[in-house]
Amino acid sequence: MKLKNALIFCMVLTLIFASGLVMFNGLSIGKYEVVPISEAINYGLDLTGGVYVVLEAQDSPDDPVTDEKIDRAIATIRERIDNLGVSEPIIARQGNDRIRVSIPNIQDQSEALQLIGKTAQLEFVDPNGEIVLTGAHVDQSNAVYQTDDFNRQTAVVTLKLNQEGSDAFAEATKEFINQVIEIRLDNEVISAPNVQTEITDGEAVITGMANLEEAGNLAMLIRAGALPVQLEPIEITTVGPSLGQDSLDKSILGGIIGISLVLAFILLYYRVPGLIACLALIIYILLNFLVFTLIGVTITLPGIAGIILSVGMAVDANVIIFERIKEELKLGKSLMASIDAGFKRAITAIIDGNITTIIAGVVLFALGSGTVRGFAVTLMIGVVISMFTSLTITKRLLKLFASTQFIKNNKFYGA
Amino acid sequence: MKKTIDIVGKRNIFFTFSAILIVISLGSLFINGLNFGIDFIGGTIIQIELNQTFETNEIREITDKFDESASITNAGDNQTQLIIDTKENLTQEEIDSIYGEFEEKYDADIELLNSDYKSATIGNELRRQSLIAVAVAVLLMMAYISFRFQFSYAMAALLALLHDIVIVLGVYSLFNIPVNTAFIAAILTILGYSVNDTIVVFDRVRENRKKYKKSQLAELVNDSVSQTMPRSINTTLTTLLAITALYLMGVQAIQSFTLPLMVGFVSGAYSSIFIANSFWYVVQEKKVKSSR
Repeated sequence: MKLKNALIFCMVLTLIFASGLVMFNGLSIGKYEVVPISEAINYGLDLTGGVYVVLEAQDSPDDPVTDEKIDRAIATIRERIDNLGVSEPIIARQGNDRIRVSIPNIQDQSEALQLIGKTAQLEFVDPNGEIVLTGAHVDQSNAVYQTDDFNRQTAVVTLKLNQEGSDAFAEATKEFINQVIEIRLDNEVISAPNVQTEITDGEAVITGMANLEEAGNLAMLIRAGALPVQLEPIEITTVGPSLGQDSLDKSILGGIIGISLVLAFILLYYRVPGLIACLALIIYILLNFLVFTLIGVTITLPGIAGIILSVGMAVDANVIIFERIKEELKLGKSLMASIDAGFKRAITAIIDGNITTIIAGVVLFALGSGTVRGFAVTLMIGVVISMFTSLTITKRLLKLFASTQFIKNNKFYGA
Repeated sequence: MKKTIDIVGKRNIFFTFSAILIVISLGSLFINGLNFGIDFIGGTIIQIELNQTFETNEIREITDKFDESASITNAGDNQTQLIIDTKENLTQEEIDSIYGEFEEKYDADIELLNSDYKSATIGNELRRQSLIAVAVAVLLMMAYISFRFQFSYAMAALLALLHDIVIVLGVYSLFNIPVNTAFIAAILTILGYSVNDTIVVFDRVRENRKKYKKSQLAELVNDSVSQTMPRSINTTLTTLLAITALYLMGVQAIQSFTLPLMVGFVSGAYSSIFIANSFWYVVQEKKVKSSR
């Protein structure tokens, strides 16, 4: 019996360390591969760097904000961002009239920001101030180099109009020959060409671009279409990639030091139960990360604080139990009876205490925003897993270890 | 059995001590107010790595152009980072042009680490939301305690919670620490944690009640507190260890979050042990007396 339990205990130990190793280092056998946890986890914007914007649709009596307009605006923004060639942008509706955009890992943050919120209403305006054409009449739009009158290569945006647009453009160029037709973007004149001949093929060119990149951006905006509603940014956050990486490295280091200190403390103070608690905490941490990757939790900076805080809560459950076991031992009960009584008596305090923490977490998740939600999620997951590990795993392991009788002196259990 | 601590007998000392702390906190809140960050009132923060140390007046030459009252702070491991905090709403173009001026002045070897813009609308919403969040959380916790224990326990827990909130706010006001979104998360965590502490002691009171006579109310409270004292101390200590390690790593976003936690946990442990139980004793004693 003793020997059998000793064997089981050693197997459990090996299993914990083996799974820990696999989770943190990864493993590949043949074609099967386990990715290390650091690569499998989603990191928030504050850790990877990136751009976060909240845009608010501007409501006016003659141009009310509707669900349909917001949905179209989201589709347009998505197309613009896809054209930037970035990975995994999140574009989502927030409330009635807001759109939340987050783009991780983006190099030119400033450029992206300027492209996202631009209304991009393209208009061709005749000398009488009448609108001849809009961006909606454009079928195709590209950026190319063109040779100008002085034989220089300049970047321009070419437009191919649809049938309706071609007809309107032909009529206007016929009527206003030798006059100026302005091309405006969001009411700003970007080009003011003189009409030289009637244009019937439905092709137009926008000159005055500083370089091919600027021309490319404009062509892209015209292709994606104008936003159906004016959007104002009410919140913009940009995080440079190096700051994010630096924050991540430092918090992980701080976390490792903090958790090591906690483990050392309970090991020294509670001895045998402390050792078991350390094992249970390691299992707890592994389970925590497993759940994060399985349900795709995004880890943010406050989220890391949440993880470390939940380790503190997990320790608390163990501390409550061990103090109880100590008291039972002092009453003169046997070791096994004390362990059973300790767990039984501690359970109400642990459950009531943890439920109140979960209440705080739920409220935080329901009413909080952005990174704060990340904190609420890690805290709640942590509290639930910690209840499970302390009430089941710590108990099983402690009884298993006690039954091996490696250490017979009850002093090491706190008596 | 271990020595018991006479919490109930010395309750006036604890009440007075807490009253002094609360008066100082409230006084500071009335005189200094709270230093709301841009999350709550709107504004812009720009953080730039200059890769060299700098003088504040050099920076002012640039920042005065858009806001003479902008606050300038050093940050980073070698104090080479610059943080500009202004109540002005800067557009992305304006931020770009300011950054361009710094680039011109300090070579191209600088880096825009972080910029953060919040409109005043969002700030107002956040303030309202935060107050609702704290109120809802407290009400739900009270309801839970009333359900699992009794209403008198919930009242005592509430008193301890208010105590903690006022003291944490007081520390913020006294040291002029900016209040931002993370602060609200911290306050709610402190609430959860402080109630947790209170519940562990009350759980013992609830359990011991059967063993003591009605006339032994003082002994009941004193013994229960003493029995749970090692747990209260050890848990607070281990949590503080973990949080302090994180704080000392010096990541700003985390520091603004862990600092209130540290203050709150200490206050929470203190109020759970000394204030909540003494208050519960006073309420119970009145009940017993009036029933006689």
